[in-house]
Amino acid sequence: MADNGDDESQYRIKGGDYVVLKRGEIFKAVQIQPKKKVIFEKQWFFLDNAVGHLYSTTFEIGSGGVLQLRKLRDAESSTDAKEAGTDNRNIVDDGKSQKLTRDDIEMLKEQGLKGQEIIQQLIDNSSTFRDKTGFSQDKYIKKKKKKYENTVTILKPSCRILAMMYQGREPGKIRHLRYDTLAQMLTLANIHAGSKVLVFDTCAGLVLGAVMERMGGYGSVIQMYPRGEPVRAGVESFGFPAHFRDTLHGFPICHVNALLAGTLDTTAKDPSAGRAFFFLNKSLRNRVKVLTSCFFFQAQEKKVKQEEKRKKLAAAAALLEGRNADGLVIASQYQPCPVLMGLLKFLSPSRPFVVYSQHKEPLIECYTKLKEHGGTVGVRLTDTWLRHYQVGFKL
Amino acid sequence: MSFVEYSDFIQDGDVAIVYLGHESMMPVKVQKGAQTQTRYGVLRHSTDLIGRRYGSKVTCSKGGWVHVLHPTPELWTVTLPHRTQILYTTDIATITMMLELKPGSVVCESGTGSGSLSHAILRTIAPTGHLHTVEFHQQRAEKVAEEFKEHRVDHLVTVRNQDVCKDGFGVTGVADAVFLDIPSPWEAVRHAKAAMKKHGGRVCSFSPCIEQVQRTCEALADQGFEEISTIEVLLRVHDVRTISLPVPDFGSDPSAQTEPDAAEKTAPASAPIQDTVAMKATVPPREIPGHTGYLTFATKPRTS
Repeated sequence: MADNGDDESQYRIKGGDYVVLKRGEIFKAVQIQPKKKVIFEKQWFFLDNAVGHLYSTTFEIGSGGVLQLRKLRDAESSTDAKEAGTDNRNIVDDGKSQKLTRDDIEMLKEQGLKGQEIIQQLIDNSSTFRDKTGFSQDKYIKKKKKKYENTVTILKPSCRILAMMYQGREPGKIRHLRYDTLAQMLTLANIHAGSKVLVFDTCAGLVLGAVMERMGGYGSVIQMYPRGEPVRAGVESFGFPAHFRDTLHGFPICHVNALLAGTLDTTAKDPSAGRAFFFLNKSLRNRVKVLTSCFFFQAQEKKVKQEEKRKKLAAAAALLEGRNADGLVIASQYQPCPVLMGLLKFLSPSRPFVVYSQHKEPLIECYTKLKEHGGTVGVRLTDTWLRHYQVGFKL
Repeated sequence: MSFVEYSDFIQDGDVAIVYLGHESMMPVKVQKGAQTQTRYGVLRHSTDLIGRRYGSKVTCSKGGWVHVLHPTPELWTVTLPHRTQILYTTDIATITMMLELKPGSVVCESGTGSGSLSHAILRTIAPTGHLHTVEFHQQRAEKVAEEFKEHRVDHLVTVRNQDVCKDGFGVTGVADAVFLDIPSPWEAVRHAKAAMKKHGGRVCSFSPCIEQVQRTCEALADQGFEEISTIEVLLRVHDVRTISLPVPDFGSDPSAQTEPDAAEKTAPASAPIQDTVAMKATVPPREIPGHTGYLTFATKPRTS
């Protein structure tokens, strides 16, 4: 698979790539399009200059929104044995320790000083900086960086990065699914290459994309969707290679009962002629010819689309019919119990399934129903709790 | 059967998981002519297992029954014979996602221990990835290599019996991710860096003590790793039960008797109609989940 070849190309940013912009703990998923203005952390810029560089490169946002490579010297080099104090007993917070005024800082910005340089100026003009402890100095620098740094790092998307991004930016869109919970779901459902997995995801497609990443383009994923069209925006952000799309199928749940009963008809129907009958006198006949031929082409296009749709539905139905799926993952705002009971029928014996809900009570209902219904073992209702630790060390 | 690919029917040579009941399972090496003793009776492999579908309910000699399940790394983690303290699924799942493991990933791991995490890694990186795992204890290294073979995953893994702190992982510049679960991980950080691809990658160190974490973070920073972050993940299990709550009796309510309700009149005044109400609820766990260890993650930047 080209995916794990050692050639550099997979590590280089290309036009059209889906990437993730990062500054500190803030992420944003965008697509690289020529001359397209991108907004990130209150700044406008163009991504054109990133093309050709390696992923994880950090750029400076120059004037005019043009990206420039950040020189290594600008990077964290000011951490050499700084003079520091031992505690804050003598530091008085009177708001007067910074000698630079707002106007001074604006002037520095206008002079074109880079973020790191502005921060150095702030440090040099702070009467209390060298009295702070090492930890306090780091905290100060981190805070200033957040405010003045002008850089952006371009990352290759991954489940980890996208899950953290969605959690930070738009948790509502992913039904408040935390990334530690998503990690548990993927492992507990034994998602792996070569299996056949059913996914019912109304979390903007993040869960679907995560499943696809863990399948690596092998096997098949069938997205069961509630109505309309399947939502796949989240999947796009992963930037999967084109062939991954061949493994992704969709099946609307409104046809599930028919499929299970064996009454779902996915065979091709007789092509019906475009219905455009115009009876007109001679003078208008030519114009009518043009109109009907346009109408005819539109009808053709519609038929081709319908035929494609029918073929896709038939392919998905064929995969489901055998009722031999290897895994089932449910993550949505729909009442989980009926979704689960409806889709469990497609699972082979001795295969895992995972249901996520933002709330515990709907899962209590699932648990109870599963116990009543029988036919499942090892059912557990759990949640995880993740905490960050601040680890201090002297370098 | 293999730990990286499902199959439907039990065959001679498979490792199957026998599910006896809630929180009670055991692994079984399926062999023609062999027998396995369970609390429900004897399982005769040739007649009761071989040829049966995974997931089947199997009756044992005493008349009781069990379910036979297809092995997965998760089931293996809770049934494998411990030679060392192992990692459990909660930490394993976090590690898998935070190290960005997927099919094709090349991973270095030390120490192999009892192979709990190893099996989970193999499942995720199959069919095109590879695991280089290092274990300094000779017997443990041999035992785990044997298990990889029985579990039909040996083509995806190389076991090396050496000391990672002195001799590294045995490979350089190939790994997308490195995992350390050893007493002195700070001594292996430079080897982790060397084992990783020049394009960069992810590293994780698991340590029970915060002092170990501190020294490891220092070593990581010293070696130029970025995004150093230490977390802990705990799992809470919610016990679903039907609970019965007594309903308080505030005495007969005079205002309620304006209702022309025949039932009210016929009910005996002394006994209340309903003294308990039942509902489904979860009971919080009796103990705070135990600490397993701290997980420290970092990113190795590109080294050109």
